[in-house]
Amino acid sequence: MTFENFSQGNSILHKMDSRIKIISAVALAAALSVCHDYISPGIGLLLGVIMILTARLRFREVFWRLLLVNGFIALLWVTLSLTYPGDSLFSFGPLRLSKPGIELAALITLKSNAIVLFFIALLATSTVADLGHALEAIGTPRKFCLLLLFSYRYIFVISQEYLRLNRAAKLRGFRPTTNLHTYRTYGHLFGMTLVRSWNRAGRVRQAMTLRGFHGRFYSLNVNKAGLNDLLFLMFTVIIVLGFVFIEFK
Amino acid sequence: MNYNHSAPFIEMHDVTYFYPGAEKPALDKVNFIPDKGKVGLIGPNGSGKTTLFHIIMGLLKPDNGQLLFKGQPLAHEKDFRQLRREVGLLFQDADDQLFSPTVLEDVAFGPLNLGISPAMARKAACQTLAKLGLSDLVERITHQLSGGEKKLVSLATILVMEPKLLLLDEPTNNLDSSTRMKLIEILAGLKLSCIIISHDWDFLAATTAEIYAMENGLLIRSGKSSLHNHFHVHSHGGYPHEHGG
Ligand SMILES: Nc1ncnc2c1ncn2[C@@H]1O[C@H](COP(=O)(O)OP(=O)(O)OP(=O)(O)O)[C@@H](O)[C@H]1O
Ligand SMILES: [Mg+2]
Repeated sequence: MTFENFSQGNSILHKMDSRIKIISAVALAAALSVCHDYISPGIGLLLGVIMILTARLRFREVFWRLLLVNGFIALLWVTLSLTYPGDSLFSFGPLRLSKPGIELAALITLKSNAIVLFFIALLATSTVADLGHALEAIGTPRKFCLLLLFSYRYIFVISQEYLRLNRAAKLRGFRPTTNLHTYRTYGHLFGMTLVRSWNRAGRVRQAMTLRGFHGRFYSLNVNKAGLNDLLFLMFTVIIVLGFVFIEFK
Repeated sequence: MNYNHSAPFIEMHDVTYFYPGAEKPALDKVNFIPDKGKVGLIGPNGSGKTTLFHIIMGLLKPDNGQLLFKGQPLAHEKDFRQLRREVGLLFQDADDQLFSPTVLEDVAFGPLNLGISPAMARKAACQTLAKLGLSDLVERITHQLSGGEKKLVSLATILVMEPKLLLLDEPTNNLDSSTRMKLIEILAGLKLSCIIISHDWDFLAATTAEIYAMENGLLIRSGKSSLHNHFHVHSHGGYPHEHGG
């Protein structure tokens, strides 16, 4: 498992305050997701590309992420163009390509790619730890932030535990097929992983108590927004207002 | 609370503990007053060593018997909170101890909980890591450390709280010989009292002055030399226990 492919770097975006990045990404994504014509998503896509270039990310990896997202979108193209009611662009026997269906699919494609680019350029350039603390700093419920941080910390440990069990089963000649024995074995593997995670959670909790934890996490990093951050925030506000203006003009 | 500073740091009197549903006690009327300085605790798997540590830290509550901290009985969670400031426990599995995203954050976690300012906590963490020769690891992501590095960093997370007594649960498990040597050096350099659980006789011989043995929930105090002889007679697979008489 790999995470945080993009979090290391020293571009302007990497150095920016994570709180500002979260707020900007969410605001831009929200504004784009509700608009109805092509202009704003078009501008958004352009903006996303510029941000990715600014963040100086490895192009190949960004490309693979986009491919993954667009794989899902390809399904939308098929279903929407064939089933959406409205004028047909083209018909061949029982097959009918719906014009509004295709328009909608195109809009969704533009929007989702723009939003994914925002998220990669703004959020993936922070470490998960920073994002967790930043979320707490902007008022997200503490429990949610703890959940995020702990999931991130232990997902590796749990996945390794699962792989260890799986390997042990394999070494004893277990080969998955489609029979009851296979389902039962997987049931046991998952169940065992769950029990172990539960026990581990208990031990982690104990370790925390022993070091004086009493329900509140104190952060080492004092977030301080600099001039760049404020400028970027202003830039975001202007863009979002622009999207709103285009929508209602 | 009126602590008696001349009283032993920790005293266990006739402590018995049953895990829920267990028929056999994990600790059977254990009397334990560890000497000052470094003592070892050796015994077969399942003999109750880890349980003993958890009882001392207040993670498990004895079914019977009494636990004293500096001469005062430990009864409420509040008493244990005081004890936990002065006694540090190194867990058997370092992954249980390191839960913060980065090494620095993890080492600073304890001091921050004690209400120290972020700047001071950061400084204390860096100093402790430097003392253990781990300055290179400061910015590392905890889950990406090697097993040995994890072990040493978890030791740092305890030492940064400046405990007076250190409980180490199998610290040399899965360490290679150079990390093990490093740990022996670190422990030799520490001025505080330690109780060390280990199956690693040579490690205990190198680090401790006195060794206790456990078997089936019973604690036996053994002279180091008699244990040593015994251990070498049974060299492989044998665990020390007191001979009759
Ligand atoms: N959570 C638990 N629930 C029930 N029984 C337990 C639990 N933990 C330990 N035991 C039992 O209590 C006894 C003492 O266990 P303990 O973990 O203290 O042994 P140990 O001396 O630390 O062994 P090891 O050398 O394997 O770490 C064992 O018989 C064990 O099976
Ligand atoms: Mg144990």
